[in-house]
Amino acid sequence: MTALREAPPDARRGDGRSPNRRRRAGSRAPLLLVVPAVIGLVFLLLPLAGLLVRTPWTTLPQRLTAPGVLDALRLSLLSATLATIVCVVLGVPLAWLLARTSFPGQRLVRALVTVPLVLPPVVGGVALLLVFGRRGLLGGWLDATFGVTLAFTTTGVVLAETFVAMPFLVIAVEGALRAADPRFEEAAATLGASRWTAFRRVTLPLVAPGVAAGAVLCWARALGEFGATITFAGNYPGRTQTMPLAVYLALETDLQAAVVLSLVLLVVSVAILAGLRHRWITAS
Amino acid sequence: MTATRPLLEAHLVVDRGVFRLDLAVSAAAGEVVALLGPNGAGKTTALRALAGLLPLDGGHIDLAGERLDDPATRRFLPAERRPTGVVFQDYLLFPHLTAVENVAFGPRCRGVRRREAREQATAWLRRVGLAEHAHRRPGELSGGQAQRVALARALAVRPALLLLDEPLAALDARGRLDTRAELHRHLADHAGATLLVTHDPLDAMVLADRLIIVEDGRVVQEGDATAVTARPRTEYVARLVGLNLYRGRGAGTTVTVDDSFTLTVTEPLHGDVFVAFPPAAVALHAEPARDGAGTCWRGTVSGVERHGDNVRVRLTGPVTALADVTPATAAELRLHPGLPLWASVAPAQTRAYPAA
Repeated sequence: MTALREAPPDARRGDGRSPNRRRRAGSRAPLLLVVPAVIGLVFLLLPLAGLLVRTPWTTLPQRLTAPGVLDALRLSLLSATLATIVCVVLGVPLAWLLARTSFPGQRLVRALVTVPLVLPPVVGGVALLLVFGRRGLLGGWLDATFGVTLAFTTTGVVLAETFVAMPFLVIAVEGALRAADPRFEEAAATLGASRWTAFRRVTLPLVAPGVAAGAVLCWARALGEFGATITFAGNYPGRTQTMPLAVYLALETDLQAAVVLSLVLLVVSVAILAGLRHRWITAS
Repeated sequence: MTATRPLLEAHLVVDRGVFRLDLAVSAAAGEVVALLGPNGAGKTTALRALAGLLPLDGGHIDLAGERLDDPATRRFLPAERRPTGVVFQDYLLFPHLTAVENVAFGPRCRGVRRREAREQATAWLRRVGLAEHAHRRPGELSGGQAQRVALARALAVRPALLLLDEPLAALDARGRLDTRAELHRHLADHAGATLLVTHDPLDAMVLADRLIIVEDGRVVQEGDATAVTARPRTEYVARLVGLNLYRGRGAGTTVTVDDSFTLTVTEPLHGDVFVAFPPAAVALHAEPARDGAGTCWRGTVSGVERHGDNVRVRLTGPVTALADVTPATAAELRLHPGLPLWASVAPAQTRAYPAA
C-alpha cells in the first residue's frame, strides 16, 4: 500500500503495461468523445479555411474599394448598430418586466418573446410585411396618416434586424436580472429610491455585463440577418442591401466578389467578438 | 410605557397560510428595542413589514405621528417614502459604488444635492471611523467595515426608525466583539427609535434597552434584560439565559409538574406558576439525599459536556434538567450517558413566579 502511494500516478496505473499505453491512460478522454469532437471542430473550421484559401488576395484591395462593397458594409454596420440600440431600449425594460414582476400570462409572454428565435427569418419578414407593409395592418395607417413607409427602406432593414435580434438581448438580460439579487432593489427602496431610480442606479449597473453580452449577440445576429431583411426591405443597393444580401447577389454573378464580401463579414464579426469576449461574455 | 405616545406604535399582522405573525411593537424616541427569538419566529417578517417591504394583512403601523400601513383603510406607504433606515443582515452594500457613494445614495434619493450628499456621507463615514476607506468598494472592505458602512448608510437618511436585521450575525467572533461595543455607542447617539432583530441573546442584552421575545409569530415575553433573565416564561428564553424552567400548579410551597413530579419552593404560590433554577443549583448523588427538605428525584444522564470550569450534565427522568457539577464530582460519580443517579435542588435556590 505504502509503495503504491509513493509511486507516481501514471506508474501506478501502467504497472506491467507498455509505456505507450501508460501515457494514453493519463489523458483519460475516451475515443468515443474525442473523435466526434474533432470531427465537429473540423466541420466548423473547414468552411472558414476554405474561404481564406479561395480569397483572391492579390486583387483584394481593388475589390474592397469597388463601388457597392463599402456602401453595403457601411449600411450593414449602421443598421446592425441601430437595431441593437432599439433592442436595448425596448428589450431591457421587457426583460425587467419578465424577471422582476408577475402578471397574468407572463409565461406565455416569455414564450412569445422567444418565437423570433425559432421562426424562420423569411416567415418573420412576411409577417412584418403583413403588418408594416404599405398595405399592412399598421403600415397602411402610417402611410396615410404620416406618409411614413417602412417596407423596402433602410428603416425597414433596421426593423427586420430588430425583430430577429431582440430575443437574444431579452434572454441575456433576463438571465442577468434573475442572477442579480433583487434585495439590492429593496435596499435602494429603504434608502428612498423610487423603483425607477433603483433600476437606473442599482439594477442596471449590476446587470451591465449581461446587457453588454446581450447587445453583442444581438449585434452579431443583426449583422448577419438575411431572410427577414430581403423579404421585408428588399435588396436595393445603397438603401437596403446589407452585406449578407450583397454576398447572395454577388454569388450569382461574381463568385470572387462574394468571397471577398464574405471575408469582410467574417473579419468584422470575429474582430468584434474577440474584442468583447474577454470583457463581457465570459464575465456574465 | 409612559403616558406620551411612543414614536413607533405598531400591531403587525401578516398571514402566510401556515405561518401567522401577530405582534404588537412599540418604541420610544431614543429607545433600542430588540426582537429576540429563534429562527423562523417571524422576526425578519416583522422588520420587513415595518420597513415597507411587505404589506400588512392586519393591524397598523404608526411612526412619528404618521400612519404608514393600515390594511383596514387600504393605506400603505411604500418603503421609499417611509422615514426608516435598514441595516440588512448581509448589509447589501451596492457592489458597484464606493463606500462614500453607498452612504450618499440615501440623501441623494431624498433630494440632497450631489456635493452636499457627498459631504454628509463623508461626515457619517468619519463618525463610524471609516474616513480613510471612503473610496473603497464593498468588496475591498472587511466584514466589520462593511457593517459600519451599512450602518452609516442607514443613519444618513436620518430615520425616525432604525431597523437592524441580525446586525452582527455575519461577523466572526473577534469582529463581533469590537462591532458590538461600537454599535452600542452609535445606537445610543441615535435620536430616533431603534428596533433590532436577533437570535443572539448577548447581542440583544448588550444593545437593547428592552427585549421583546418572539416565538411562532407571537410575543411571549417582554421587558428589560434583568426582568427577562430573572423570570423566563418559555423554554426558549430559559435556554437562552441558562436556567431550568418548569411550569406547574402551585399549592403553598409545593409545585406539581406533569401531575407526577413535585418541586419544593420557598415562596408560597397558588395556581399556574413557573419555577426556575440555575443548573449549578442541582446537586447530583449516587444515593438518595438524606435530608428531606429539598426536591429529590431519580434521573438518568443523557449527556455530559464541558461548560466553563464545570461539567454540564443533561438529565432525563420525570423532568429533563441541566446540572452543573465540578470536575471532581463528575469524576467521583463516573458520569457517563446512561448512568442512573439522584438529583436534588434546595428550595432556596429556586425562584417561583406566577405564570398567568
